Amino acid sequence: MTPRRRRLYWVLAILAGVSLAGLLALRAFEQNVMFYFDPTTIAAGEVRTGQRFRLGGMVEKGSVMRTPGSLDVRFVVTDFRHSVAVHYDKVLPDLFREGAGVVAHGRLDEHGTFMADEVLAKHDEKYMPPEVARSLRQGSASNAAEAGPPVAASPVVH
Amino acid sequence: MGVELGHYALILALVLAAAQAFFGLSGPALARERWFAVARSAACGQFVFVALATAVLVNAFVQDDFSVRYVAENSNSALPLFYRVSALWGAHEGSLLLWILVLGGWTMAVVARLRYLPAPFGARVLGVLGLISFGFLLFTLCTSNPFARLLPAVPDGNDLNPVLQDFALAVHPPILYTGYVGFAVSFAFACAAMIEGRRDQLWARWMRPWTVIAWAFLAWGIALGSWWAYYELGWGGFWFWDPVENASFMPWLVGTALIHSIAVTEKRGLFKSWTLLLAVAAFSLSLLGTFLVRSGVLVSVHSFAADPRRGIFILIFLIVMIGGALGLYAWRAPGMRSQSGFEVFSREAFLLFNNLLLVIAAAVVFGGTMAPLIADTLGLGTLSVGPPYFNPSFLTPVLPLLALLAIGIHARWRRGALSDSRRPILVTLGLSLVLTAALVLGIYSHPIALTPIGAVLGCWIILSSLIEPLNRLRRGLRVPAPILGMTVAHIGVGIFVLGITFVKSNSIELDVALKVGESANVGQYSFRYEGVQDIEGPNYEGVRGTISVSRHGRPVTVLRPEKRRYWVQGSVETTAAIAAGPTRDLLAALGDDVGAGAYSLRLQYRPLIRNVWLGALIMAIGGLITVIGRRQRVSVLSASPQSLGLAPERGGGP
Repeated sequence: MTPRRRRLYWVLAILAGVSLAGLLALRAFEQNVMFYFDPTTIAAGEVRTGQRFRLGGMVEKGSVMRTPGSLDVRFVVTDFRHSVAVHYDKVLPDLFREGAGVVAHGRLDEHGTFMADEVLAKHDEKYMPPEVARSLRQGSASNAAEAGPPVAASPVVH
Repeated sequence: MGVELGHYALILALVLAAAQAFFGLSGPALARERWFAVARSAACGQFVFVALATAVLVNAFVQDDFSVRYVAENSNSALPLFYRVSALWGAHEGSLLLWILVLGGWTMAVVARLRYLPAPFGARVLGVLGLISFGFLLFTLCTSNPFARLLPAVPDGNDLNPVLQDFALAVHPPILYTGYVGFAVSFAFACAAMIEGRRDQLWARWMRPWTVIAWAFLAWGIALGSWWAYYELGWGGFWFWDPVENASFMPWLVGTALIHSIAVTEKRGLFKSWTLLLAVAAFSLSLLGTFLVRSGVLVSVHSFAADPRRGIFILIFLIVMIGGALGLYAWRAPGMRSQSGFEVFSREAFLLFNNLLLVIAAAVVFGGTMAPLIADTLGLGTLSVGPPYFNPSFLTPVLPLLALLAIGIHARWRRGALSDSRRPILVTLGLSLVLTAALVLGIYSHPIALTPIGAVLGCWIILSSLIEPLNRLRRGLRVPAPILGMTVAHIGVGIFVLGITFVKSNSIELDVALKVGESANVGQYSFRYEGVQDIEGPNYEGVRGTISVSRHGRPVTVLRPEKRRYWVQGSVETTAAIAAGPTRDLLAALGDDVGAGAYSLRLQYRPLIRNVWLGALIMAIGGLITVIGRRQRVSVLSASPQSLGLAPERGGGP
C-alpha cells in the first residue's frame, strides 16, 4: 500500500466513523429533545396526549391544593390567557410558590391534566427562565386592555 | 483614596498588556532582542497592577464599602468574612477580574521558566498572552467595571446569593479558572510555534507540562463543581448536563485529547498539526465557555449577566482570537507536517482513535449545548436538550474509547501486533469478568444492561494500567515518573467509570411524606422521621429535621437536613444531610410541611458515588506526577545548543 493510498483509507475510515456517530447523535437528538409549550399553545391543541414536554408559566394564586399528609399536590399553571391543571407527587423545589414562575416536565393525560414528573427550581425569585418570561409577556400584552396582571410578571432577563 | 485606585490600576494594566503584546510579537519579527525584555517587564508590571486592582476590590468587600455597586450587590455586613472575600467572584464583573488575575498568574509562571525557552519563542508566547489579557481587560473596563460607584451609597448590601455561600463553591471558580485559563498558555505556545513555522517538535515538549497542569486543574475544578451541585442543590445528582457544566466539560474533553496527542508529537514527531489544532480548539472552547456563561444566554443559575453588549464584545473577541489562530494554522500547519508513519496496532494508532473518539464526544456535547441557542435564534421554537439526549450520545463514543484504552495501553510505539500483547489483554479481561461477576451478583444486584459493561471496563482499565509498572518492578527496574503518572491517571479513569456505573444503576431515590415516628425503607436502609425544630444562623433562619437511619435494625447514622430562609434576599434554600461513606452515601433533604403532621422528604441511597470525584482527583494527580517527574529532564535537554537556536530545525526528534 502506498502512503497516499493508506492515508486515503484512514481518511475514509475516519469519515465513516464520524458520519456514523453524527447519524446516531441526530437520531438520539430527534427522539429526545423536549419542546417547551405554554398553556396557550396547549389550548390551541398543538400538543399530543402522551408527548413529553416542558410546561412553563405562573403558578396561579390560590390554586395550590394538597392532599393533607401525602405528597400529592395539584396546582394551575397560567400564562394569563389560558391555564393548565398540573398534578405532581414528589417534593416541590424550594422556590415553588404561588404567583411565581415555574417550569415542569411531564405529559398531558387524557383529561388534559399535566402529569408532572419534574418541577424545576433552577431560578431564584429575581430570575425567570427566558421562555417563561416570553410567554408571560405575550400573555400580559394581549391582556393589557383589560387591566392585565401586575408587573411582577415582567422578566428580569432581557 | 478608594476603589478608584483599583480602576486606575486596571487601566494601567491594559496599557501594559498592549505593550506586552506589541513588543512580544514584533520584537522577534523585527529581530530586536531588547524588545523581548520590554515584553517581559510589561508582563510583570501588568500582573502587579491586576493584583493591586484585585486587592483593592477585596478590601472594599472586607470593609463593607457599599458605595461600590458590585460590593453592594454581592455582599452584606452580616456575611462571614470568608464569603466576603469569595464574593469577589460571586458575580460577573469580579469573575472577569479573577480570570485576568489567573491569566496574570500563568503569565508569571511562564516568565519564571522563560530561561528554558529560546528567547524569540518565549517573547512570542508572552506576546500572545498579552493579546488575550488585553482583550479581557478591555472587556472588563468597557462593559463590566467592578469598581463602578453606587451613589448615594446604600446602608447595607444585597448579600451574596445563598447557594454561593459554601466552601466548595468559594474555591471552585479559582480552580476551574486555573484550568480554563491554563489552556491560554497552550494556545500561546501553539501560536508561537505556528508563527515561527517550526519544523521540529520541541515546541510540543515545551508546551506539554503547561497543558497537563491546566488539564489537571480543570478536572479538579469540574469535580468540585459537581460535588457542590450534589450536596448544595440537595437533589442528589452530580451531573445534570447543564450548559454551564458542559461549558467546562468541552474544553476538558478536547484537553484530554490534546495531552495524548501532544505525547505522540513529543515522542514521535507525529500529529503535529493535529496537536496545534487541538491546542487552538481547547482554548477556543474555554473562551466559548466564558461567552456562554457570562453573556447570560443560558437558562442557568450561573448566568449572572444579562447585558447583550457583553455578549457581542465576547463574540467579536472570540472571532478575532479563534479566526486569527485558525488563519495562522491554515498558513503554517501544512509546512509543519510530519513524515514518519506507524502501523495499525501501534500505540500511535490507538492514540489516534482516542483523539478521534474524544473529539466526537466533545462534538456531541457541543451539539446538545448549542442546539437550544441555535433553535431559539432561528425561531424554530424553544427546545431543551437534557440527559435523554446526552447520555446515549455521549456513551456511544466513550464506551469504545474506554475499551481501546484497556487494549491500547499494552501497545508499543511505532510498530505493534495484537499478538504481542494478546496475553496481558486476555488475562486482564478475564480477571475483570470475574470481578464484575462478583460485584454484580454479590454486592450490587439488580443490574441494568450497562452495569456489567461499565464494571468490566472499569476493572479492565485498572488492571491493564497496572501491567507495565508491575512488569518493570518485577524485572527490578524503577518506574519512571511519566509511566507512574500515566498509570495513576488511568487508574483514576477506572475508579471513575466504576463509580458512575454503580451510582447510575443502583441508586435508590424516594420521595415520601412522613409523620413523626414513621419510617420509609430505601433499599436495606430504614429512614425514620423524628420531627423538625426551628434554627437560627448568622444570616438566616429555618428548620432542621432529624432522621435516624438504621440497617437491619442496627442504627447507622442520624441525618439532620435543613431548610433555610436567608433574610436579606428572602430566598429559601434546602441543605441536604449526607452521610458519606466509601461504599455508599445516604442523603435526606427536607421538603415542605404537607399538612396532617407530615413532612415531605427526599431520601436517597447512592452506592460508590465518592468514586466519581475520587476518580477525577486521581486523574488530576496522575497528570501532575508526569509533570513533576519530567522537570529536570526538560531543563537539561533545553540547554542543548541547537534548541536555543533561532532557526527552525529539520527532521525528527531524538
